[in-house]
Amino acid sequence: MKAILTVIGKDRVGIIAGVSGKLAELHVNILDVSQTIMNGYFTMMMILDLSEAGDSFGEMKKLLADKGNELGVQIKIQREEIFTSMHSL
Amino acid sequence: METTQILETIRMIEEEKLDIRTITMGISLLDCIDSDGAKARTKIYDKITRQAEKLVRTGEAISDEFGIPIIHKRISVTPISLIAGASQDENYTAFAQTLDKAAKTTGVNFVGGFSALVQKGYTSGDRRLIRSIPEALAVTDFVCSSVNVGSTRSGINMDAVKQMGGIVKETAERTRDQQGLGCAKLVIFANAVEDNPFMAGAFHGVGEEDCVLNVGVSGPGVVKRALEKVKGQPFDVVSETIKKIAFKITRMGQLVGHEASTRLGVPFGIVDLSLAPTPAVGDSVAHILEEMGLESVGTHGTTAALALLNDAVKKGGVMACSHVGGLSGAFIPVSEDAGMIHAVERGALNLEKLEAMTAVCSVGLDMIAIPGDTPAETISAMIADEAAIGVINNKTTAVRVIPAPGKMVGDTVEFGGLLGYAPVMDVNRNASTDFIARGGRIPAPIHSFKN
Repeated sequence: MKAILTVIGKDRVGIIAGVSGKLAELHVNILDVSQTIMNGYFTMMMILDLSEAGDSFGEMKKLLADKGNELGVQIKIQREEIFTSMHSL
Repeated sequence: METTQILETIRMIEEEKLDIRTITMGISLLDCIDSDGAKARTKIYDKITRQAEKLVRTGEAISDEFGIPIIHKRISVTPISLIAGASQDENYTAFAQTLDKAAKTTGVNFVGGFSALVQKGYTSGDRRLIRSIPEALAVTDFVCSSVNVGSTRSGINMDAVKQMGGIVKETAERTRDQQGLGCAKLVIFANAVEDNPFMAGAFHGVGEEDCVLNVGVSGPGVVKRALEKVKGQPFDVVSETIKKIAFKITRMGQLVGHEASTRLGVPFGIVDLSLAPTPAVGDSVAHILEEMGLESVGTHGTTAALALLNDAVKKGGVMACSHVGGLSGAFIPVSEDAGMIHAVERGALNLEKLEAMTAVCSVGLDMIAIPGDTPAETISAMIADEAAIGVINNKTTAVRVIPAPGKMVGDTVEFGGLLGYAPVMDVNRNASTDFIARGGRIPAPIHSFKN
């Protein structure tokens, strides 16, 4: 299962390290990354492969949200299909 | 995947309140018919709780994984008049209580189908069911009722129209302590559809399969925001903009419906292409019409604006999903739409304009509070007018009005939650009594020589 992770918040040291570290811990593979600063906000998107992940989607969502709180950013994870079905035929 | 597309989807959900309004499981109760009412009710309870056991849990899991809210999980059933008609029971309230209990067990927030289809005439089951409506809606929490009184093919059953005016009044009276809330759960239709996922008018038609999943989408906020970007441009652009956004909204419905039906092992029925407002800020159909250039919804031009909106939503949505059905169009309930409430309060929107709007949109006079002393015959006459619009124009129309006990024009009725609040609207004070007293049937209209 593929998912899209979005991280939005105030830029600071260690966001990418923190997020990718957490993902490695969860056995989630990062397939693609795009990161930019939009209107002064740190904005990062990742395409993830969850096939090796041991935790349920709900648990991962919670653990990543907790990590976001720790880093002062908002981390969301959603299944890829919601984006592909809306924007492509 | 483009970054901007990902952000667009997230913005639509988080800021513009895009959501899946409802996933509604339609369950046939035809195999629950029994000459013993108590046995029939046991079968009904067992079947609903078995089929819908995982409905709420599955809806929540999908919502969690895809990150899109699914506001309601609901159940619609075969019109109870058909099921209870075989029993010897004189009062069908016990059937409503069984539905209520099944709703509570499964965790859904409404079950629709305490219904009768009397567009041409009554069976004894229809008679008993309609007589039971006021009590049934007063003693249950989650049961919704509907009665179809007319159709393009059979005309309008004016005996039923006459009776329903009284039933609406009695329902309001029975729920007096909740300001007539029972009437918010009662819809009187013409050309009712069999696969509508929206309450209070949902029921599972006899032409449907045993169990099916229907989806209703929403997203007036998304349409409004898209139109903000094309201010002042011609209607061609307005229409194109709405079509594109309706396509995207409907794709969400298709995705969620497909996923839910796969997980539940139930066939996917239809997506209802709709713009359903809520009282929340930024979730209003009225504000879309105002964005098109009207100072207030209700002023001249409103009907044209609504016609364009309704048509463009359908054109955009049709290609986005495999099967379209239900009511498909913009809803214009007064109490559930902040823009409509505001327009009534400032005197820009009246009942007559609302009636005109129902000729070009999804349903009808919806969630409108009227004075508690409105005569039953006047309510019947409103039903007759709406039914006439539906029957002549080949569309679904409906009436869901609340004659709020003890309230007068200028008062406000508070229903709470998604039902919102409604300023009591003025009705025409000239009597329709003799007109309604005639009863009988208005014949089906001719389908040629259209002008």
